[in-house]
Amino acid sequence: MTRIDELFTTTRAAGRAALVGYLPVGFPDVPTSIAAMIAMIDGGVDLVEVGVPYTDPGIDGPVIQVAVDLALRAGTRVAHVFEAVEQVSAHAPAVVMGYWNPIEKLTPKVFAQRLKDAGGSGAITPDLIPEEAGPWLDAALQHDLDPIFLVAPSSTDARLDVVGRTNRGFVYAASTMGVTGTRDTVSNRAEELVARMRQHTTLPVGVGLGVSNGAQAAEVAGYADAVIVGSAFVRALQDGGADAVRRLAEDLSEGVRRKA
Amino acid sequence: MTALPDAAGHWGPYGGRFVPEALIAALDQLAEEHERALHDEAFLAELDDLQRNYAGRPTPLTEAKRFGAAIGARVFLKREDLAHTGSHKINNVLGQALLTKRMGKTRVIAETGAGQHGVATATAAALFGFECTVYMGEEDTRRQALNVARMQLLGAEVIPVTTGTQTLKDATNEAFRDWVANVETTHYAIGSVVGPHPFPMLVRDFQRIIGVEARGQILERIGRLPDAAIACVGGGSNAMGLFHRFITDAEVQLIGCEAGGDGIETGRHAAPLTIGSPGVLHGARSYLMQDDDGQTLDTHSISAGLDYPGVGPEHAWLRDEHRAVYRGVTDTDAMAALELLARTEGILCAIESAHAFAGAQQWAAENGPDKVIVISCSGRGDKDVDTAARWFSLL
Ligand SMILES: Cc1ncc(COP(=O)(O)O)c(C=O)c1O
Repeated sequence: MTRIDELFTTTRAAGRAALVGYLPVGFPDVPTSIAAMIAMIDGGVDLVEVGVPYTDPGIDGPVIQVAVDLALRAGTRVAHVFEAVEQVSAHAPAVVMGYWNPIEKLTPKVFAQRLKDAGGSGAITPDLIPEEAGPWLDAALQHDLDPIFLVAPSSTDARLDVVGRTNRGFVYAASTMGVTGTRDTVSNRAEELVARMRQHTTLPVGVGLGVSNGAQAAEVAGYADAVIVGSAFVRALQDGGADAVRRLAEDLSEGVRRKA
Repeated sequence: MTALPDAAGHWGPYGGRFVPEALIAALDQLAEEHERALHDEAFLAELDDLQRNYAGRPTPLTEAKRFGAAIGARVFLKREDLAHTGSHKINNVLGQALLTKRMGKTRVIAETGAGQHGVATATAAALFGFECTVYMGEEDTRRQALNVARMQLLGAEVIPVTTGTQTLKDATNEAFRDWVANVETTHYAIGSVVGPHPFPMLVRDFQRIIGVEARGQILERIGRLPDAAIACVGGGSNAMGLFHRFITDAEVQLIGCEAGGDGIETGRHAAPLTIGSPGVLHGARSYLMQDDDGQTLDTHSISAGLDYPGVGPEHAWLRDEHRAVYRGVTDTDAMAALELLARTEGILCAIESAHAFAGAQQWAAENGPDKVIVISCSGRGDKDVDTAARWFSLL
């Protein structure tokens, strides 16, 4: 059992969804970003997605683009990501959220080793599909890390099956066809996707893209095992620092316990 | 070697698909449609008709006698500058527009650097009645203002991209973001042999006509194959188009000219095959300019169309197999070749293409007299008059 398996055992027993929060390392600087991740946990986040800043974040909307751009310009390096994982994982399980090239550059083997040494539980790789992931899967499984791939509303059943059989930990379901960013309503295609995904896996299924407040979190918690929030945390950090991040986490955390 | 890529789009370790899952269904659909189309007589006839009677193919092979004398070689120019819209980009776009229609999509989007691919896409969209949005880095909208106006006149919406380096790389990121959100109605007509499978193969298949024609024309003209085929390389589509038919002709050297910018040694360039390393960018593994953390490096070139940190995966493969060689050509050498070509032949080429002319000049000097060279004159220079006039202090 990995820490992620344990987490979902606990949340399922409690009859609630897990709350997953994303922040990129280095925004606005490395220590502040780590403090904000810890504030997120204080506010009720169960699992932290530690973001690896990348120059070409292909599925991120403007909020995250601007944040990672600033992080990189402030000199954030991949080494800082492992520092963040080390500090954050002392409080809650942590996975990295990273585009593929920085992992490939370090080599999957070394990346997995360093992630494990830092206390990380796995990695979400938004631009990597299982078919291209051979060396990463070998390295991750060797170090008992959870490789987490995404599914989308456009995924065929055959592809849901591939992801269902490859993933460990949980499956990340993108709620909508689009980039990250807060939205007024969470797409109704998310519920249908979760239902389809469950025919191919017994792993927990989390839903991300578009969730920004407790009411939306409660709605998603009605059908998903985890509610994943990114851009809203970035915006909170930008507008109100670690305190605002904690308050948002409290609101969302109340949401995942309420259910719509 | 020409049987590649494999079914998943790999040339050895290069190519493949490194994209969000959300795009996989659309890429599968495109790959299937392309495969079907290539064996469909009606599709091929329609494409052939467009190439001939709309785009003006076959383009001529012009012997450049005075330029050849100046550089010490026998030089033939493959005149893609004479194709409709003024560059080779139309070859690819007409093929992709036909595929768009077959897939029942009604909107096309594109990224553009120099604006030539954007103009070609806006042109095809007008011809087929598609809605059209073109993403272009803000810096490029300034240095290629003429092409922005052309796209707008053709009815396309041009969106300046202000993120990152504000050039082709960032325009490509924005186009991918648009595509993920609108994939059900929209086709992303990628402009070069880059991106996730099947794009590098598909764009090559539509550009291959450059080399097919050139090979036939040179054989007819001089009764033998050239010693070298030379083209500029941004993403690599005109080069791949020229090279592909010659790959199995072992006696023909294939030479790609990348943007050497201020000089390879300065770091201010866009020459991933000359000095980059393998990595993943924009959906495929290939050579790219990156730092130790795998972050994409900033590029520099006087030519907007070559100012790109990546390159098509098939070029990466040809490089590793030593079937093609790649060299960096500086801004200065390219502009000198542009002027030499203009003054000796009365042809004002695009600054992108000028890199191939400078590369040919260097190759001729290294390989002795009487060699026969075919150069891809990938585009005309109207869009670059402002940049060139400034370079030569005429403004
Ligand atoms: C005239 C011309 N040649 C070459 C290029 C470079 O593209 P590629 O390497 O795909 O041929 C461009 C791109 O804008 C162009 O406009």
